Amino acid sequence: MNYASFIRGARAGIKSLLLHKTRSLLTMLGIIFGVCSVIAMLAIGEGASFEAQERIRQKGALNIILRSKKPSGDASAGGAQRSYIADYGLKYADMERIRHSVPGIKRMLPQRLEAKRIRFPKHAECEVVGTLPLYREMIPNDMVAGRFLTDWDEREQKNICVLSEDLARSLFSHESPLEQEIRVANRAFTVVGVIRELSRVYQAGAGTGGPVSEGRVFVPLHTFRSHMGEQNIRRSAGSYQVERVQLSFLTVEFNNENDVARAAPLIRHALADLHKKQDFVVEVPLDELRALEATKRLFSFVLGSIAAISLLVGGIGIMNIMLATVTERTREIGVRRALGAKKRQIIAQFLMETGVLSVVGGLIGVVVGVFFPYLLSWGIHAMTGNEYRVVVTVWSVLMALGISVATGIAFGVYPARRAAELDPIEALRHG
Amino acid sequence: MDDHAIIRLEQLTKTYDLGEVKLTALREVDLVIEPGSFVAIMGASGSGKSTLLNLLGCLDRPTSGRYILGGVDVSDMDDDELSDVRGQRIGFVFQQYNLIDQLSVVENIHVPLGYQGRELADCRAQCVDLAGLVGLSDRLGHRPKQLSGGQQQRVAIARALANDPVMILADEPTGNLDSTTGKEILDLFCNLHAQGKTIVMVTHGEEVAKRANRVVVMSDGRIVQDVRRTPTQLVPA
Ligand SMILES: Nc1ncnc2c1ncn2[C@@H]1O[C@H](COP(=O)(O)OP(=O)(O)O)[C@@H](O)[C@H]1O
Ligand SMILES: [Mg+2]
Repeated sequence: MNYASFIRGARAGIKSLLLHKTRSLLTMLGIIFGVCSVIAMLAIGEGASFEAQERIRQKGALNIILRSKKPSGDASAGGAQRSYIADYGLKYADMERIRHSVPGIKRMLPQRLEAKRIRFPKHAECEVVGTLPLYREMIPNDMVAGRFLTDWDEREQKNICVLSEDLARSLFSHESPLEQEIRVANRAFTVVGVIRELSRVYQAGAGTGGPVSEGRVFVPLHTFRSHMGEQNIRRSAGSYQVERVQLSFLTVEFNNENDVARAAPLIRHALADLHKKQDFVVEVPLDELRALEATKRLFSFVLGSIAAISLLVGGIGIMNIMLATVTERTREIGVRRALGAKKRQIIAQFLMETGVLSVVGGLIGVVVGVFFPYLLSWGIHAMTGNEYRVVVTVWSVLMALGISVATGIAFGVYPARRAAELDPIEALRHG
Repeated sequence: MDDHAIIRLEQLTKTYDLGEVKLTALREVDLVIEPGSFVAIMGASGSGKSTLLNLLGCLDRPTSGRYILGGVDVSDMDDDELSDVRGQRIGFVFQQYNLIDQLSVVENIHVPLGYQGRELADCRAQCVDLAGLVGLSDRLGHRPKQLSGGQQQRVAIARALANDPVMILADEPTGNLDSTTGKEILDLFCNLHAQGKTIVMVTHGEEVAKRANRVVVMSDGRIVQDVRRTPTQLVPA
């Protein structure tokens, strides 16, 4: 079939479908809903995992994150005596151990976090983060003003700090915070920069029950260590609890994904004899990402299959109508055969009609299917106030369209062959 | 053998297999038709006229015997080849007109040309001329449903002429028409015959028989009478 006769066939197909508009539309409904539900289901599946994926990605696929964790046994032990000292978590020495026993490490970033109260220029709750200049490179962020911590600051244990954007705004509102002084933990720090954090992965130990933090204060790790110490004393109703923690987080960046995949057990092994109690956790974003992707694939597969069934039903609908059409037009088929049509030309004619039905149905389905998820998400937002994210992917649209055309044509073959196999004389006598 | 015979049937037999019984609709028919003939086939209902015409039109294959059309044996051709023979060399006119409802007059006339790979855009003039020939120049865009029976049959005749076939086969073409319209259609056939077309027509009408130059009468699957007339008796100009 050449291009011109293809166009002529398509036009004839459209024409004969326009002859029965209602019937054609009803026939297409199956395909329309099928395509629409494939796209919508996949968009919902994609959207549901999007945020989780994003969060994991912010941790960095080449990173392994170690987090200090208060061992669960300690709290009950402390229950008997009302005051106690808890010494737990990652140590500076652990960094060296890991560096020497795990291959493929590119760099390491230690962080020490503590919830503190700022007393000047205003009262505010914050998290003080003691870390290295490397933070700027390894954790997604933008400098809004001034500079970040430097090696010089670190070496000299400077009393300088960098504020997170939200904290800078609440402390200094419209003034420039640069070169201003803040007082936190009975010490004065000079503000040298303001940073906007693009990742919310590292936050002060969950479950501290402290007041809500208004932002973060970054200080050189060395400064943190010598001026704020490693102890955190909490008093309540006559008792006190001391927590001694050297590092809150240790982010280990690897050269490539293969190294990441191997590293987690090596790290656990390297730290095993120094940490008899479970006082740290190892997070492997890459593993989380892979697990999530696997879940998502399964989810998409299940949703997609359900939707594909509706496409199948749509295809059967088309076949049903085309069989009826063939019966209805038996005599036309006989006439065409008498006038010189070969079997394959009859097949082409009917396949073209099914093709037009499924392509048009598929296109309508795509249009509806692309808007429907957003409508749904808008509706959920309007009714419950929750953000419900949906993501329509190009491949889901292409796949839905492809499947619809394929089903249409697959289910069109049988009626078309039936038409072509009719005996011309019988067909002419029909009706 | 005179080689210029357009149709040569040799011992042509057609048997329908109805399961338990076999029904022989044509029994060893021999028939030769020369180009330019106007043959009327007559006979009682069920005598095998339509069966014969369907075989002549390559719509069906004989059970035995040979059918030579224009010097070519078509008895053993496959389906595609028979389709080509029908499309290129034979024009059909049916009792029921059998136009395609969703197509206009011009498009209906074009159908056989389309199956020979010719686009309507390229041969519209020819289709319009054919419509003119059967007196329907002012109905080009009409649908079959918008035409009278006689007009529909005229379109069917124009369609039968589209591929300039070597013969036109008509199975009771006036059977559904009133006598006046029937006579007009018959006049049209006579004109075509006068222009040299070969026509084979199944009919019940005596009028047709009078104007044909050969009358073949069938009974029980056999030709029982075959009468030729002189050309002068044919068309009353
Ligand atoms: N497709 C068929 N199957 C079985 N019998 C048939 C078929 N077509 C025709 N016949 C039989 O063949 C005989 C001749 O039929 P036909 O050629 O249609 O006669 P006519 O056209 O002269 O009325 C009849 O007895 C008819 O019943
Ligand atoms: Mg008959």
